[in-house]
Amino acid sequence: MARRENPEINAGSMADIAFLLLIFFLVTTTMNVDSGISKKLSEKPPADYVPPIIKEKNIFEVNINRNNELLVEDDRMDIKDLKEAAIKFIDNGGGTGNAGEDGSPGKECDYCQGDKSESSSDHPNKAIISVQSDRGTEYGTYIQVQNELLKAYTELRNRLSQQKYQITFDELEKAYDEAKKNAGMKDRVEDLRVKVEFIKTAYPQIISDAEPTS
Amino acid sequence: MSKFRKKKKGMPAVNTAALPDIVFMLLFFFMVTTTMRETDLRIENPRLPSATEIKKLEHKSLVCTIYVGKAKDESKGSGYNKIQLNDKIASADQVPAFIINARTKVSEAEIPFMTTSIKADKESNVGTITDIRLKLRDVNALKISYSTQKGSSN
Repeated sequence: MARRENPEINAGSMADIAFLLLIFFLVTTTMNVDSGISKKLSEKPPADYVPPIIKEKNIFEVNINRNNELLVEDDRMDIKDLKEAAIKFIDNGGGTGNAGEDGSPGKECDYCQGDKSESSSDHPNKAIISVQSDRGTEYGTYIQVQNELLKAYTELRNRLSQQKYQITFDELEKAYDEAKKNAGMKDRVEDLRVKVEFIKTAYPQIISDAEPTS
Repeated sequence: MSKFRKKKKGMPAVNTAALPDIVFMLLFFFMVTTTMRETDLRIENPRLPSATEIKKLEHKSLVCTIYVGKAKDESKGSGYNKIQLNDKIASADQVPAFIINARTKVSEAEIPFMTTSIKADKESNVGTITDIRLKLRDVNALKISYSTQKGSSN
């Protein structure tokens, strides 16, 4: 029998098949990185819990009604002005702060640059922002408000960090994260941790969600 | 003159032998990066609100997602306040069971790090979100994340 020459397999359509698969995966791929505003809920209070009495001037009240309008400290306000108002309230520093955990008396806010008005908050760690919304409020508006309030805190933290460490708080946190991952930078971790903690306690984010009205 | 014409005639074809290789490379890239959605959406894809102060969610295995939005199935009612757990439309009362079920899948030590991601439509009502939040608090699932798009900072 005459040995026939082995015919080559025609690979011309391989590209077509690969393209088909490629397009399928291109279409089904979603490259979404889940991200969002993170929040920690308060624990459920025991039945006999008596809420502490907080001075009126230490509460910054934000009301959102069912038509998505804002009422801030009994005045109507646009969302774009909310950040400024919140900064002014948090950074007021009119009195002394909370007592330390070891029982040391509360100190005055020596890094605040606010008006030190008598009628506004005493200290950033006493300043509470209370957001009250209606059951019918749109979620989008609610998130916008939360975002503006967080922006106020970010701005204050960045300012303080820039003042003390000549670097913004965002960069400071990033450096801390990197140092944690990197074994070669072990000696810097502790130093950065202290700095991050300091800024965080200087301007703690106290945003409380009040029970919505119906 | 005839010399020039001769040259024009013999245009060589572009060599496409390496084309499959390139396509395969791309194909493998997308195959590896693709994550298939495990649950079918019973609600219309929520239009997430946008925000700037956002944090990335880490540890995907420790995240359980609750969707809120408009039901695809008209008979379930209209309005943007339907809650989807796993792949069913449910009510807020079923949230604790959903969380407890999710907890059985992770080790005991990791339970405090579990995060609940709420993917709600812009037009949902805060009331629905509050109901979910109260139920989450009942079962001590305290870390939540309101899923948002990254908006432009202004």
